Amino acid sequence: MKTHVFSAIKLTLVMLILLSGIYPLLIWGAAHLTPDKGQGKRIIANGQSYYKNIGQTFTQGQYFYSRPSAVSYNAAGSGGSNKGPANPDYLATVQARIDSFMVHNPGIHKKDIPAELVTASGSGLDPHISVEAATIQVKRISQIRNIPEANLNELIRKHTEQPMFGPSVINVLALNISLDQLK
Amino acid sequence: MYSEMIGIVFMFTISLLLAIPLGKYMAKVYGGQPTRLNRVFNPLEKWLFGISNINPNTEMNWKQHMLAMMIINGVWIVLGMLILMNQSWLPLNPDKNPDMSAHLAFNTTISFVVNCNLQHYSGETGVSYLSQLFLQFLQFVSAATGMAAAVVLFKALKDRATHQLGNFYVYFVKSITRILLPISVVIAILFLFDGMPMGLEGKEQMVNLQGDTIQVSRGPVASFIPIKHLGTNGGGYFGSNSAHPLENPSYFSNMVAMIAQLLIPFSMIFAFGYFINRRKMSWMIFGVMTVGFLLLAIPNIVQEVNGNPAIAKMGIQQKLGAMEGKEMRIGAAASGFWSIVTTVISTGSVNAMHDSTMPMSGMNEMLAMMVNSFYGGCGVGLLNFFIFIILAVFISGLMVGRTPEFLGKKIEANEIKIAMLIALLHPFLILVGTALSSYLYVNNPEAYASWLNNPGFHGFSEMLYEYTSSAANNGSGFEGLGDNTLWWNISTGIVLILGRFLPIIGPIAIAGMLAAKKQIPESAGTLKTDTSTFGIMIFAVILIVTALSFFPSLALGPIAEYFTLY
Repeated sequence: MKTHVFSAIKLTLVMLILLSGIYPLLIWGAAHLTPDKGQGKRIIANGQSYYKNIGQTFTQGQYFYSRPSAVSYNAAGSGGSNKGPANPDYLATVQARIDSFMVHNPGIHKKDIPAELVTASGSGLDPHISVEAATIQVKRISQIRNIPEANLNELIRKHTEQPMFGPSVINVLALNISLDQLK
Repeated sequence: MYSEMIGIVFMFTISLLLAIPLGKYMAKVYGGQPTRLNRVFNPLEKWLFGISNINPNTEMNWKQHMLAMMIINGVWIVLGMLILMNQSWLPLNPDKNPDMSAHLAFNTTISFVVNCNLQHYSGETGVSYLSQLFLQFLQFVSAATGMAAAVVLFKALKDRATHQLGNFYVYFVKSITRILLPISVVIAILFLFDGMPMGLEGKEQMVNLQGDTIQVSRGPVASFIPIKHLGTNGGGYFGSNSAHPLENPSYFSNMVAMIAQLLIPFSMIFAFGYFINRRKMSWMIFGVMTVGFLLLAIPNIVQEVNGNPAIAKMGIQQKLGAMEGKEMRIGAAASGFWSIVTTVISTGSVNAMHDSTMPMSGMNEMLAMMVNSFYGGCGVGLLNFFIFIILAVFISGLMVGRTPEFLGKKIEANEIKIAMLIALLHPFLILVGTALSSYLYVNNPEAYASWLNNPGFHGFSEMLYEYTSSAANNGSGFEGLGDNTLWWNISTGIVLILGRFLPIIGPIAIAGMLAAKKQIPESAGTLKTDTSTFGIMIFAVILIVTALSFFPSLALGPIAEYFTLY
């Protein structure tokens, strides 16, 4: 019994050095050999270094909107709404988002609004939207910015990422930065 | 959608293809046979044993194994409580996060020690980097504890009439040095190339494109995430777990994480077959588990891809499925698939919020944990399944009027009693916990108003899910539950301990008793336990035990919710 206790304590201490010390140091060292240097993927624009993977809030009409977020895209925390699918308060929120979207995007059909634009993501930091979600905002942005719709559609096409597996997505931050550069 | 389906099949196939050779390698490691890597690992292990005063050649019987396991787990619990309750002034706390309360530290430590990783805190605000690194340590050692326990079972079923079942510390240390650590390094490097952060700087403040000031949490993520999945721990670095874009940056990292969590549970099954020289037994076990897994996973994928009918009624399109609580880069199909992988395997990491999944998906996630042995956690999945094997052997034996035997050992009253107790412990913990909480809530809904994030049936499901997840040592949650309170921290903490150690000690006790018995040579009258007929028998036993125990509670939660929605 006593030998077990001492062995357990000593084994715990050496394993701590190995698993909480040497192993993370090794990975930290390896990080400096990778393109992102362990700082996450970045986009540099306007003299700022943004995280490419951390979504940002876009509520102004001149930008492509990002998805609703339960944490307002403040990456000091993260989380989803955790609302059940039949929760009446939740369904009222979604309905309000649809109504608001219809008001801000005159001339679109309700049946074309993709669900991801009115539902919150799991992390509250989702950096992406779908092609449909970007396309449906073209009319609004074209009017506000006075840019022909064709140019915006071209921009969307250029920013569409289709990985080998998985859904095709558009990074909203990268899209909006290019949008600002579009004259 | 097509490429998403291909993605799922691809993930499963790669995991299986990697698991077979890894299982063979693991059988060699645990059997003490030489491998090409001996030259690297032998000196390292010799050094570890030397410092710890452990003689790796000491043989232990099953009781000594369990004693060694309980003592070292006790050391981790004490150490964990100390660190978490003093993290504010300990080093590596750039974000100035506060100490944990005693009951939260109790819950968190227990939950990481027992390989559950139920988290009643959020990584961004609840722990320092030192605590994260310590929790990372627990993720390694808790997985290795489960694996070592499973090897005791292997050893007991292999050797003929013996009490000598190898050395616990040897199985434990080798699980880390030769399996978990090297694979974690490989996975971490894949993650680094995918843009996962790794550093010790505190939160970064920045002004976003629209001009608002925000902060971004970061830290030593890339070393934490590999073992989180590989060790079937599932505790997130960030609050939103694998939904967080720095914890799971792309569909690629999602695939790697998925394969990583399937890998060890799959390999353990094959290692078992190689170790006891009955490869057909592995395939029988794998077959039963896979049928159960698919029966749960396919409906979830269908449900999530079809979307929420209440939202469809509002007249918008749900081409991508039910997107509440889901990430664009992962999509509904891979999220639905993950929700079952993570619950059958006791990982408990989530890449979409389970609280927002469709009612029947939520039910399948709970069922997966209620069964808790379709693949199951690192090592312990096989121990849970062993209980069902013993029960199936006994029932088949009675049906055909023969003495029940498994691998040439007679199954007698004592073994069956233990198996029955362990099989009933799981529903007992889940249902008693849920019933007590419901009682408290119903009698004082105002005092406990902060518990539930959803009204009605779904609120009940949130409580049922929490105890199911605790008893199964899973760690996922219907996260709307306001669970950082004295009641939830303590009650789930107790369920966690009982739900971890009794289901390890029970099967090991049975195995130890079987190991000591005389081997009966196989004859024409022996019940064959590696056939598909016997597989169906096991499946039937699992189905009956689970359905009888849990159907009423599921009817009050997800099933009732289903009928309000459809």
